[in-house]
Order: sequence, then C-alpha cells, then structure tokens
Amino acid sequence: MQRPVKLDCRGVWKIYGPDPRRFLDRHGGAPSESDFEGSGMIGAVRDADVRIHEGEIFVIMGLSGSGKSTLVRCLSRLIEPTAGAINFEGRDLLGISPRELIDLRRKKMGMVFQHFALLPHLTVLENAAFPLEVQGVARRTREDRAREMIDLVGLSGREDYYPRQLSGGQQQRVGIARSLVAEPDLWFLDEPFSALDPLIRREMQDEFMRLQSMLRKTIVFITHDFDEAIRLADRIAVMKDGAIVQTATPEQLVLNPATDYVQEFTRHIPRAKVTRLSTIMSPGVPEGDYAGEVAGTLIVADAVRTLDADPRPFRVLDDSGAPVGTVDVAAAIDVMLGREAR
Amino acid sequence: MKPAWFGGLFRGSRPFWLGLFAITWALSTWSFQLYKALDARWIIRFPASLTVPVDQWISAFMAWLVEDATFGLFTFRDLTRFVSAVIEAPYDLVRALLIDGFALGQGQQAVEVAPSLSWIAVIAIIAALAWYAKNRALAMLAAVCFAYLAVFGQWASAMVTLASVLIAVPIGVAGGLALGIVSYRHPWFERMLRPLLDLMQTVPVFAYLVPILFLFGFGPVSALVATVIYAMPPMVRVSTVALHSVPEDVIEAGRMMGCKRRQLLWKVLVPTAMPSLMVGVNQVIMLSLNMVIIASMIGAGGLGYDVLTALRRLDIGGGIEAGLAIVVMAIALDRVSQAFAVRKVRARPDPALPFHQRHPLFASVAALTAATTALGVFIPGFRLYPEQLTITTGPFWTETMEWINVNFFDTLEAIKTALLTWLLLPVKRFFTGIPWAWGIIAIALAAGRTGGWKLALMAALMTLFIAANGLWAKAMITVYLITVSVLIASAIGIPLGIWAGQNARANTVIGAMIDTLQTLPSFVYLIPVVMLFRVGDFSAMIAVVLYALAPAVRYAAHGIRSIEPEVIEAGRVSGCTERQLLMRIKLPLAAPSLLLGLNQTIMLAISMLVITALVGTRDLGQEVYIALTKANTGQGIVAGLSVAFIAIISDRILTALARASQQRLGVGQ
Repeated sequence: MQRPVKLDCRGVWKIYGPDPRRFLDRHGGAPSESDFEGSGMIGAVRDADVRIHEGEIFVIMGLSGSGKSTLVRCLSRLIEPTAGAINFEGRDLLGISPRELIDLRRKKMGMVFQHFALLPHLTVLENAAFPLEVQGVARRTREDRAREMIDLVGLSGREDYYPRQLSGGQQQRVGIARSLVAEPDLWFLDEPFSALDPLIRREMQDEFMRLQSMLRKTIVFITHDFDEAIRLADRIAVMKDGAIVQTATPEQLVLNPATDYVQEFTRHIPRAKVTRLSTIMSPGVPEGDYAGEVAGTLIVADAVRTLDADPRPFRVLDDSGAPVGTVDVAAAIDVMLGREAR
Repeated sequence: MKPAWFGGLFRGSRPFWLGLFAITWALSTWSFQLYKALDARWIIRFPASLTVPVDQWISAFMAWLVEDATFGLFTFRDLTRFVSAVIEAPYDLVRALLIDGFALGQGQQAVEVAPSLSWIAVIAIIAALAWYAKNRALAMLAAVCFAYLAVFGQWASAMVTLASVLIAVPIGVAGGLALGIVSYRHPWFERMLRPLLDLMQTVPVFAYLVPILFLFGFGPVSALVATVIYAMPPMVRVSTVALHSVPEDVIEAGRMMGCKRRQLLWKVLVPTAMPSLMVGVNQVIMLSLNMVIIASMIGAGGLGYDVLTALRRLDIGGGIEAGLAIVVMAIALDRVSQAFAVRKVRARPDPALPFHQRHPLFASVAALTAATTALGVFIPGFRLYPEQLTITTGPFWTETMEWINVNFFDTLEAIKTALLTWLLLPVKRFFTGIPWAWGIIAIALAAGRTGGWKLALMAALMTLFIAANGLWAKAMITVYLITVSVLIASAIGIPLGIWAGQNARANTVIGAMIDTLQTLPSFVYLIPVVMLFRVGDFSAMIAVVLYALAPAVRYAAHGIRSIEPEVIEAGRVSGCTERQLLMRIKLPLAAPSLLLGLNQTIMLAISMLVITALVGTRDLGQEVYIALTKANTGQGIVAGLSVAFIAIISDRILTALARASQQRLGVGQ
C-alpha cells in the first residue's frame, strides 16, 4: 500500500545555543551525545528522518522534552531547522521565500494546537472563518464556509458563542473547524486532545477518526500518549532525546520494539489490540471447509468474536481481496492470552 | 529591633549590616567634631573647587538648541513650533466642543458659529460610555460624578481639564503602543529604551517642566507635552508586556494560517492582548489627570489651576472645592476605563434590524446631544448649568477647617511636636550628619553586598554625581523625609495589608479605601494637610505617607493571599497557633512581596515628595521647584536627575534583595 510521499524530511537538526550552525559543522554535521555534554548546546531535534505518505495518519510519539513539538514545528517551518532538508509535494520547503511560505500555509496546511489557540475576541464563527479572512475572502463566502465546518465538527447553534463560553472539548472542535476551513492537504495536530479530560479525549479521538474517514487528509499527529498513538496511527515514530528511535506500524512496534525504551512503552499494550490477522494466519489456503472470509487488516481483538462464532477456520484476504491464508479462533485466543502460537 | 522573619533576608550577613550602620552612625554623630579636630572642612562639605557645573552646561546647551540649532532645512525652533501647531489644533477643537463654542474671528470681533455641547449631553455621553462598558450602576455613578461638577459650579474648569485629558490620552496611548510594538519586535530596542523609561518615571515631573517651558513657552501646549511625556512610559511597558504575554500557540496559529506581519500584529496580537492594553490605557488616563494639575503651573488652565491658586492664596474652601471636583472626575474616568478593560464581549445584534434598533444606546444619546445642544442656543440653561442653581461649598469647608483648627489645635500641635521631636529630627540629624565621602562608600558597600560590583559602581557614581553638583545636603534631607515617610507608611500599611490578606471582609473595606486613595491625583493630598498642619516638613511627610500607603497595603495583602493554602494547612496540622502561623509561616513566605511593596512605597514617596516642595520643604524637590520658577533648565535637570538617582539606587537594591529572597524560597517570578 505504498502511496506517494507528501512530506519528506531528511537529516533534520534543531540545535539551541550560541551559533548552532558552527557547532554542527565542527562535529562533522553529526555531533554525538558526548559532544553536547558540557557544550551548553541543546539538541532539540537530532538527525530526524520522516517520510509521510499521502492520506496516512503519521503519529510522532514521545514524552515531554523528547523534541516532538520542535520537530513538528520544523516540519511546518514555524521553527527554522538548523540543518536538514524538508520536501513538501516535491518542493524544497526550507528554500521557499517567506511570501511563498505564507501562500503555502494559507492553501495547503492546517494546524490544531494543544491549548486550542483560539482568538478570545472573536466568536466561534469568526474564529472558524479567520484563516479565510486573512486571505481576503469576502465575508459572506467565508462565513458560509465556516458554518459548514462548524456543522462538520458538530457545533451548530453555537456560532455566536465566544471561546470562553465553551468547554475544552468544544473549544478544540472550533480549533479543528478553523484548521480545516481552508481545505488543507497536510494537517498538523499538536497534542490536540492532551488538555482534555479522559472521557472527552476518547470521544474526540472517535470524532477525529470519523472526520478522517471522510476527509482523507495527510496527517501529522503529535502525542505523548502511547495508547492514543496506537489507536489512531497508521505509522508511529517514537522520539527520545530529540532523536527518532523507531518508525513503524503500531503492530511492528509492539511485536518488534527496536530498543528497550520502545519496549517500555509497549509492554503494557495487549498484543491482541495491535496484532492483525495477516500476522497470525497460517499462510497458504488449502482446500477445505471454511466458515467464511475475513480481512487481513483486522485487529485480533476486533475479530475474535467473529472467529468464535464458528469452530471452522476462516480464509484471510489481502488488500486486493485474494485469499492468502487461514486463521481460526484458537490462534486468536493464543494472542489474547499471550501464549506462543502452537 | 528587627523581627526574626525580616532578619532572614540578611541571613549570614548580619554583622556586615550592623557594622555598616554603626560606622555610619558614628561618623554622622561626630562628623562636625572630626572636621574641627582635623581642620578638614571637606569632610562635611564637598570642596567647591571640585564641583562640576553640569547645570550650566545643560543651560548653555538648551540655549543653543533653541537659538542656533538647525537641521539644514529647518531650525529646531521651527520644529517645536510645528509640534505646537499639531497639538494645539485638536486641543482647540475639543475645547470648543466641550466649553468654548466654535467662533470665527479673533478677540472682540469673534462671532460664534456653533455652540459647545450642552452640559446635559456631556453627562449623557459619559453615562452611556459607562453603560456600554459595564452596566446601569456604573452609568449612574458616572452621571452623578459629572452632575456634581455642574451642580457645584466647577463645570467650566472641569471641561478645560477634560479637554486636556482627551488630547493627552490618545497621544499617550498611541505613542506608548507604537513604542511597545517596536520593543516587542526588537529586543535591542527594548534594552535601549528600558533605562530611558526608568529615568522618565523617576525624574520628578517638575524637572522636565523647565525644559518644556523653554521649548514651547507658557501655555496649554507645554502642559500637554509634559502630560504626554509623563503618562506614556507605563503604556510602553504595559504594551510590551501585554504583547509578550500573548500565548505562543496563538501566534503560531496565526502564522500557520498564513498571516502576514501586519495581519499578525493587528488581527492576532493586539486583539488578544487587548484586556491588558486597556489596563495601560487606564493608567495613561489617571496619570494624565494627575499631571494636568501639575501642568497648570506651565499654563494648563482648568481645575488644576484653581487648586494651585487656592493653595497659594490659602483659600481653604476654594481649594477643597476644586480638589474634590478633580477627585470626582478621576473616580468617574477611572471606573469607566477600568470597566472597558474587563468588558465582556456581547453578541452581535441582528444585522437585519435598522440602525437605531441595533445601537439603541448610541442612537438615543446622539439624539439627546443634538436636541439639548440645539436648545442651548436659545435657552442658556441647556448650554451651561444655570448659575443661580449652583451650590457652593467653599464657605462650608472654610468654616469646617476653622472649627477643626480652633477646637483641635492643641491636639494636632501636640501630635506634630511629638513626631517631630522623637522621629523626624533624630532621623534628620542622622542623615544630614553623614559626611559625603562616607555616604558614597556606604552606598557602594550596601549595593555591592546585595547586587554585585556592577550595582556598587553604578550606585557610587550616581551618589558622586549628587555630591559633585553640590547637592549633598539637600539630597540627605530628601532621603530623611523619604525614610520617615516610608517607615510610617509601612507601619500603617503592612499590618492593614496583612489583615486584608487574611480576612475577606476587611479586604473589601480596605481595598475600597486604597482604591480611592490611589485614584486621587497627588496634588489633592496637599490641600487638607496644609490646612491642618500649615507648611513644613511635617505636612510634607503626612502628604507623602497618605500617597505612598497604597502599595504597602496592596503588596502585603497580595503576599499573604498568594501563599499556597497547603503550606498553611501543614502549619495548622503541626499545631501552630494563629500567631505562630503568621510569624513563622505567612510572613517569611510573604517577604519577597513585602520587599516589592516597600520598593513601590519608596518610589511613590519620592514622586510625591517633589510635589510637596509646594508646601515648603528644603530638599531636592525644592531645588527643582525653584528652578521651575526661575526657568533655570540646568538647575532643574541636575536636581531632577539627583532625585531620579536616589530612586534608581533604592529600586535596584530592593529589587536585588527581593530576588534573592524569592530564590531562597523558590517562589515568585
């Protein structure tokens, strides 16, 4: 399922301190951990490689101070990286003029912020219409468009409220509406649900998945919550101390953590919640008596009831719908109990 | 005796401070004997041959500036004339609108072509503004305040004062915001501007009245220029801070939406910072009002002029009447502008409705204004409040004061004598006895101990400047008056503040009291004090104490209130009595706040002390005031700078102390 690359970032560094460029050059463009020690320099992002494909949800996961927020700000050029190359739709994002950058942001990018970042003096409607106002779109057009967005995020009827009259979840819905009103291709979400209560967070995650199933944006999603990451992500990049430790699908992360650090995160994740049927199936489809067919992309925990309905094995289908293997409920139960497959 | 919690500030360095004090005291007490014994007159007096004639240099420079300076195409004088014209035109317009009426022609031949606004309309407009900003209650307050001006016969003067405020405030706000924006964008500009702002806020106002008088001549323009210079610095600071405190993600959101620089500023930064900016506007209004009165010395008419002349004539009734009018106007303007700062945005009216239904308040006030002003052309009672209906309270106040003076003369005199004998004179003797050379060393030692060698060097140079200009004796009188005033203000203010910090009901009462005190323009404090205690150091001290009380109370209350409740609960479960709770937990934790309050008290005391020169002190303030009456630029600026240096040294030392104690407690900024 290789889709075209939307945002391609290679060897990005962001170093804070006096004259970071020279510091980088002095250490051959790749200072090590020991080079940073005692130098007074801070490597907020270290040699990050990220390739984000069109229409995928790419989650950058890390604890606070891991550099994930700095990285996403480098990707949107809110912060100038110290070194590296960033390509957006084949254009050199770091090379374009401020004017082109403004234009690019107006047309192609949207961003949602952790603390909503709504303008307190504008109503919900005016907030949602603000990106279009900045572009000089006529009031009638932009407010019609904003109304559609407000409707999309389920806030109809509150157009004339001011942000402080809304709950946190509602405010973030306005933030989402605002970020989508200019129909961006690339959607940045910087810890959008971290400031919300757990129940509301769950609800907003569902809402987000619903929106994405309709809109099919290319998404860069920042979170410190690993559960959120595996729930939403197509692929996850785990960051630690400014560096990306591993980039993989949720399933690969859980099943094959690259380092002890990643394993720390994945240890408590039930494998059934990330393992896909295509991973546990027995390859090859011999002739026989089958209960039915299931998609290989299904997650074990979601599929186990279906499998349990019939003692016979099921045929597993790949993306194109061709049968590639078989699976039965016993295999699923093995995963759920954490037993090695027999 | 220092309480234990205060000693904590100087932990480990008590011998140093005790030693410094002991040496200073000894030198102060025996300086005269020392001079006689060694026959070294330089000990008590700065050698005349070494004094630097900075004042003459400044005066010569000013003369050159006004008479000879030229920028090629135009002279400096052309520039000042141009500025005058730019300020005078709108001022004349507003004055015509409020009180004078519009006329064509000059002097006797002037023909009125349009009337000024009806007094009823002015009251209606201010009430409508109050309503728009908050609610009906505030509208009532504003209307009553302005009606007071009409009923008590202060209308004409009040409108002249209001005209000055209406011109000075927009200039001050716009200029302050512009400088604030540049400071926000360019940190180097802020670094350059900061010492200048410090100086402008600490140089006594009288000091820059002199050069302004020199440049713009006697008249309302000079007054307005002085007012703007005085009122603008806080707006610059407030704007810079307000813009800096816009949350980073709001700015990022603006950038991600593709805002251009100007869009980001005017559509994102300024609107988001608006509530804080309105606090700055409120400050500009209050400072303008404060200054408009002082500026009446260089030609602003109005209420300030009335107070000033009444003070000079010792016309008790007239002074109190005009003073109260200023207070009333200050309260109205303060409350209304404060309400704008916290105004809640309301829903937009339905655009389908006709204009007068969407904006009923605006429409009805406009109609009322037009109707009453038009009626005023035919019926004078609509234009100006009918004179026969005014009430004058002048004689009443005169009689009251006389009654107090007759019946309580002995009591008042006893209080005055006791305080003079037991507090003022000993402190005065202590400070005026300090030999100048040791004074410089002692200041440098104290500054070095608290803030490092850079501060020590700066303090020493500043003190040397004062001594080298032959102002040592006068500066020590200033220091003595400030010390006494601040001691008394703290002794009253800190306990009040602690009480207000612990008791909600006390807080309401004390808070209201302090708010009112702070609304009063500094000038007003002089009136009753002079009436009761006549001229002299004691009157000056009372006025300074009253004026400087507010920050002592405010900061103490704030310090107590901002202690973590858990810490107090921890003390309570450890079995502390209320008294122990206060002495062992609350006061030590509030110490940084108390120090900052002390700092503010000193700053206000210094600014007020200069104004009390009017009631006959013998300090630096008097020096500035004399320079003003003689229009001696150099003398005024040098003495003014000396006052500013005293303020800056004390500010830096106390700020350093406060910072150290904050760090030790791990709290605060």
